[in-house]
Amino acid sequence: MKTRSMVLRTRGMNLLKKRGWQVALSTVMLAGLAFTAVAGWVGTPIGSRNFAIAFVWIGWFAALIILLIPIFGRGWCSICPIPMVGDWVQRGAVLEPQGRPPRGLGLRVPSLLRNMWTQNAAFALLALFSASILTSPRITAAALVGMFVLATGLSLVFENRAFCRYVCPMGGFIGLYSQVAPIELRVAAREKCTACQTKDCYNGSASGYGCPWGVFPTSLTRNNYCGLCLECLRTCPNDNLAIRVRPVAADLYVPSTRSDEAFKSLIMLGSAMVYAAVLLGPWTAFKFAAFGIGSLAWLVNAAVFLVLVLGLLPGSLWLVGRLSQRLTPSAEGTQANPSARGRSPFAAFATPLVPLGLAFWAAFSLTFFLTNGSYVLSSISDPLGLGWNLIGTAGVGWQPILAGAIAPLQTAVLVGGFIWAAGVARRVTERLQLPSLPLIGFLFLPTVVMLWLLL
Amino acid sequence: MRLREHAARLAILIVVAAAALIPLAAWLRTPLVHARMAESGGWGPDVLHARAGVPLLVRLTSDDVVHGFAVGQSDAPPVDVLPGKVSQTWVEFDQPGTYTFYCTRWCGPNHWRMRGVIEVEGSETAHAVPASPPLFQVLGIDLDLPHPAAATPSAHPDAQRGRALAGRLEKPIDLNLDEYRAQSPAAVWQKWRTDRGLAGLSDQDLWDLVAYTYASQINTADRSEAAQLYAANCAACHGQRGDGQGVFADALTQNNLDMGGTSDMSPATGPVRPVDFTDPASMLGASPALLHGKILRGGMGTGMPMWGAILTDPQIWNLAAFLYTFQFDEEPVS
Repeated sequence: MKTRSMVLRTRGMNLLKKRGWQVALSTVMLAGLAFTAVAGWVGTPIGSRNFAIAFVWIGWFAALIILLIPIFGRGWCSICPIPMVGDWVQRGAVLEPQGRPPRGLGLRVPSLLRNMWTQNAAFALLALFSASILTSPRITAAALVGMFVLATGLSLVFENRAFCRYVCPMGGFIGLYSQVAPIELRVAAREKCTACQTKDCYNGSASGYGCPWGVFPTSLTRNNYCGLCLECLRTCPNDNLAIRVRPVAADLYVPSTRSDEAFKSLIMLGSAMVYAAVLLGPWTAFKFAAFGIGSLAWLVNAAVFLVLVLGLLPGSLWLVGRLSQRLTPSAEGTQANPSARGRSPFAAFATPLVPLGLAFWAAFSLTFFLTNGSYVLSSISDPLGLGWNLIGTAGVGWQPILAGAIAPLQTAVLVGGFIWAAGVARRVTERLQLPSLPLIGFLFLPTVVMLWLLL
Repeated sequence: MRLREHAARLAILIVVAAAALIPLAAWLRTPLVHARMAESGGWGPDVLHARAGVPLLVRLTSDDVVHGFAVGQSDAPPVDVLPGKVSQTWVEFDQPGTYTFYCTRWCGPNHWRMRGVIEVEGSETAHAVPASPPLFQVLGIDLDLPHPAAATPSAHPDAQRGRALAGRLEKPIDLNLDEYRAQSPAAVWQKWRTDRGLAGLSDQDLWDLVAYTYASQINTADRSEAAQLYAANCAACHGQRGDGQGVFADALTQNNLDMGGTSDMSPATGPVRPVDFTDPASMLGASPALLHGKILRGGMGTGMPMWGAILTDPQIWNLAAFLYTFQFDEEPVS
């Protein structure tokens, strides 16, 4: 006899397997993208009054960081409009497979680029121009259209979603922090996959498309490379895939060994600090430098940013790894513990930066949203700044939300993030049989800096 | 199946096209006058069209900072133009012609460059009033040459003292309007210095008399209006105290340097720094006709804009009279 919760689960999974809702939502998002691009390009250049800035960067971005990623992980990617047209062109269909071979050149991404380095570079590049992107509607519109064109173009050249998997800076951001989400898409029984002859989840079938992320679902151990496109739910002939609820941050139980992923964590962490300093800090010189694209001050600013995220932070983490190895108690311990010898456990030590980085971004976004959230209301009512009042909120003036609660909330988020990260650090170091104090100390320093920057 | 696919494609196309085209069409059908700092282009468009006797709705928005919109030589109050918001005002003109609209807020170093015109057409021919040439032209004053005072006082002339002195004179001093407008204070002082009837007065006494005489040329109400005009339109460069140290003074000099000029330009065009009205050598050598001409026409090759299209002739004369207050300690004359 089925229990009520099992029935609900089954109904929920059946709903997820249907394609119509996803295409409908993606279409709405695509329409939103088109609207945002037009609003950004022709609407008022005053960021706080333009939908492209007020809604996207104040509303959507805060919702993404504070709610969507921590709860749904890569849920946004499942309806993201950026790769949709590329997908549809590649497939030659918007709904079920038409039985045609994929359109476009269908090349494999060169092995040299099949990693996160391009994505890291894209995010770092975006960060260099972030002050302008986050405040200029036209630059936001251009960036969104540029990403859309690039994603569509890459779909015509390479197989699958090359843009999402290897290039998209936002995808990298979402993927990294989706590891903490309490949901995951995984196979139910690996033996069924082993026995499966057709591997429809990877190759596609009449029911759905092969994984557009080029992932073989059986090999999924973490959320970051699964875009939750849900195609495998539709194609699996054995009904062996499901979206499950799991313990928070379960992906971090096994530390990463990839340096590209470690650098991604460090770039995100450093970017949050730089954003906080430039956009929320009191230093006008920083702001002018960040806005003055091409100026000497901007070049210095860019150099400082790159040195921080590609040199200082990674170098410090590497040294912390080395220090931990040196502090391993005895010669016997060193002999018995391979982690205490050889290369610095740099990549594994970056694992606790995931919860810490998410806390940094959440604290930054809280300020951004609570301080500027009132602009969202006016921009919805008059998205282009043409004097409209569609929902009667165009005249809403700037008013901080819960102004008195911002500092306590930020403190709670940052301290909570540090405690969470310290717990992950302990787990990582215990697994490697290394002392945890150096790593926890490394996590403590940027937390203090971020507290100082935001409070 | 094929039908469903085609229907889906069509629906997607319609929804996405609508999302892009509806705001685009709305934008095209909503003409706005965009205000931007002069460095970013000023008014856009900077030429508006109207018909005489037909009210024109002007909808304005600012693309950067707070600006103000007003039409020159008009009594209509200025309208604030706020960033990202839309303000609107009605303007109406009785006569065909070209009218100047301008920014009323100190929006940036080149604020005074934010000008535009409203071209007003009319079916009937306006009764054109033949314009008389400005006095500086009639007098043959070269506005672009320096006019230093031949004599300057050793202390600040005091109009109140001059008034008391004038009351004690056996023969009342006399300076009619034409003489006042045509002569600089220094020229009047020199003329009186050679007057035997005033030979018993000291040089400073005579300067006090000059101060009193010039202060008498403007009444309290006009002087108050002129003070407001000065604060709104002149103080940004010339300074609230008339010392040439307004908030934009340095930026104007820098602008000139950026354009390849020198900080003092050529002798023909005068210094590009705003004129210091507290300097006796230049101010006491300037006649009201010269000041009127400078305000009316503006300074050639300097940052001084022409105000003839914006201020009325009486306003300019009052403003010229007001400028002497930076030289003379004077009380309003009622």
